Amino acid sequence: MIVDINFVGLIIASIMASAVPLILASCGELITERSGVLNLGVEGMMIIGAISGFALMTVTGSLIIAVFGAMLAGVLISTIFAFLTQTLITNHVATGLALTIFGIGISAMIGKNFVGIPGKEFPVLFEGLKDTIPLLSPILFGHSIVFYFAFALPFITSYFLKKTKIGLIVRAVGDSPESASNQGINVRFVRYACILYGGAMCGLAGAYLSMIYTPQWIENMTGGRGWIALALVVFSTWNPIKILIGAMIFGGLTIIQFHMQAIGVRIPVQFLTALPYIVTIIVLVVISRDSRKIRLSTPSSLGKSFHKDN
Amino acid sequence: MIKIVKRDQPSKAIFFFTPVLAIFLTLIAGGIIFYILGFKPFEALKFFFIVPIADKYGFSELLLKATPLCLIAIGLSFCFKSNNWNIGAEGQLTFGAIVSGGVALLFYDQEGFYILPMVILAGAIGGMIYASIPAILKTYFNTNEILVSLMLVYVSKLILDYLVVGPWSNPEGFNFPETRQFSDSARLPLLFEGLRIHAGIFLALAAVVISWFVFYKTYLGFQMKVSGFSLKTAKYAGYKGKKMIILVFLISGACAGLAGVGEITGPIGQLHREVSPDYGFTAIIVAFLGRLHPVGIIFASLVVAITYLGAETAQIFMQIPKYTGQVFQGMILFFLLASDYLLFFKFKFIGTKK
Repeated sequence: MIVDINFVGLIIASIMASAVPLILASCGELITERSGVLNLGVEGMMIIGAISGFALMTVTGSLIIAVFGAMLAGVLISTIFAFLTQTLITNHVATGLALTIFGIGISAMIGKNFVGIPGKEFPVLFEGLKDTIPLLSPILFGHSIVFYFAFALPFITSYFLKKTKIGLIVRAVGDSPESASNQGINVRFVRYACILYGGAMCGLAGAYLSMIYTPQWIENMTGGRGWIALALVVFSTWNPIKILIGAMIFGGLTIIQFHMQAIGVRIPVQFLTALPYIVTIIVLVVISRDSRKIRLSTPSSLGKSFHKDN
Repeated sequence: MIKIVKRDQPSKAIFFFTPVLAIFLTLIAGGIIFYILGFKPFEALKFFFIVPIADKYGFSELLLKATPLCLIAIGLSFCFKSNNWNIGAEGQLTFGAIVSGGVALLFYDQEGFYILPMVILAGAIGGMIYASIPAILKTYFNTNEILVSLMLVYVSKLILDYLVVGPWSNPEGFNFPETRQFSDSARLPLLFEGLRIHAGIFLALAAVVISWFVFYKTYLGFQMKVSGFSLKTAKYAGYKGKKMIILVFLISGACAGLAGVGEITGPIGQLHREVSPDYGFTAIIVAFLGRLHPVGIIFASLVVAITYLGAETAQIFMQIPKYTGQVFQGMILFFLLASDYLLFFKFKFIGTKK
């Protein structure tokens, strides 16, 4: 059997493309969680980003406004979460759920007028180099700027957390808000910032889906990716580099469905679609079994409210 | 000058007042949203909250929608009271519907008094089986129940889809994604001629009574309450934590499964692709809005059920998108959580000192 080596490259590239939204959302949520905040609203923030990006692109015609607008929308919606959990000290889990329900509703409401409108072509980089190197060319060249940013993000995030002073502050706030506060760090401010950053990344992840990956608006188009992104953070044991690996696995599962159907494998399509969710559960079980390891890597104050009595 | 002061202990009066405040604030915010969308706010709110329940039929529809919400929320309150975050009730409902539908299909050409009890029981068992997965994974493998129960929602909907399109689809159904009609003996009886409200409401009311008894009159209820306040205290007291986790998940799975039975054996009488318009998720809001209290949950389920009906009416009469219902549901929870601030803090007016 002759396998076209460029075809293999194309498959890998398509797996990477489907991993992009997961990487973006997970890396954002990872920073939020590292500061001790559990935001379950990822799905809601992503879908808000998706509709905002698509709507702004259609209305203004500018891709730049659309991408940054989607990020801003993610920031705005996460501000609700930040205000509730940090200023009004509400429960993180319940607030995150409310955010997701609200986000799905609002996005469908705004999106009503954008159903069926075709998307725009998003410019790709290095297109001229597409046929230079066998196998590697389709992987390395001819993608959108968001694609490249997503694959750099885990490394940037890792560097930020390990090597920069602000990264250290974020980790300190997540691991021991009391001592951080005693050191003069404004815990609430840091957490606000981390939540809003997470919102921006989820907004970008959503915009990638509606503007680049699928280029159109479909109701509920995030389809549980936000929840898988949340699972990826646990999978990574809060290490951004491992998010890359996890996202590639899930990207692979998504892409495999299409190819299995194409070759005519006689497995019900619903089973293949269910695979990412089932694998997520299995992976979570395997990772969490070692409770000591999980306890060591989880930010100690994750999901717990911090209130400084004046 | 206004100063925010921490209360010595949470205020009991405000505990039951804030849900009302939350609903009120939601109405105001909803009016503003309608205004932004270009509708007359008062007229829109009237179509949303008053018109749908203004007649006998509307009231029956309200009860029809409140029934599953109440039933599921009662089950969830067992989980939430004891600090278990089961957010996959939608999946447990779906799986309960699948199992009970399967039993009903076995007897599709038979009549008999024995069929309905089996169908109902099958639904409860289906929900329990499905809820036991996150419970067992949580207790024995330390796995996060939030993510597992949620992933299982997607899986259950795909199983249902597979069944109604494939092996269980009606052989005489022209390839529509639905099963055969159940026999009349497998149907929950309708209560009134011409109205869709069915006997499932008694299941919900039974759940209310039983849960009230368990919460406030039994040792188990006390244990749940303690574990909800502090897991450490529960451990010191020697409560069997693992057993309780599994028990509360089974209870809430059974309730969700029964809600699934009501959805398929009530007015519809067959399995099809969408057995539930996200009742399982909305019930989370109902549980919180009802303050995890059985009586509170009855009221909350009625209030939230209106958002379902209102969304339909408003869409028909004013072309307001039907997702507004979900927006309202999200807002209710936001405002409820926000107004909980008043439980722990109070505003104190202090004379300005110079």
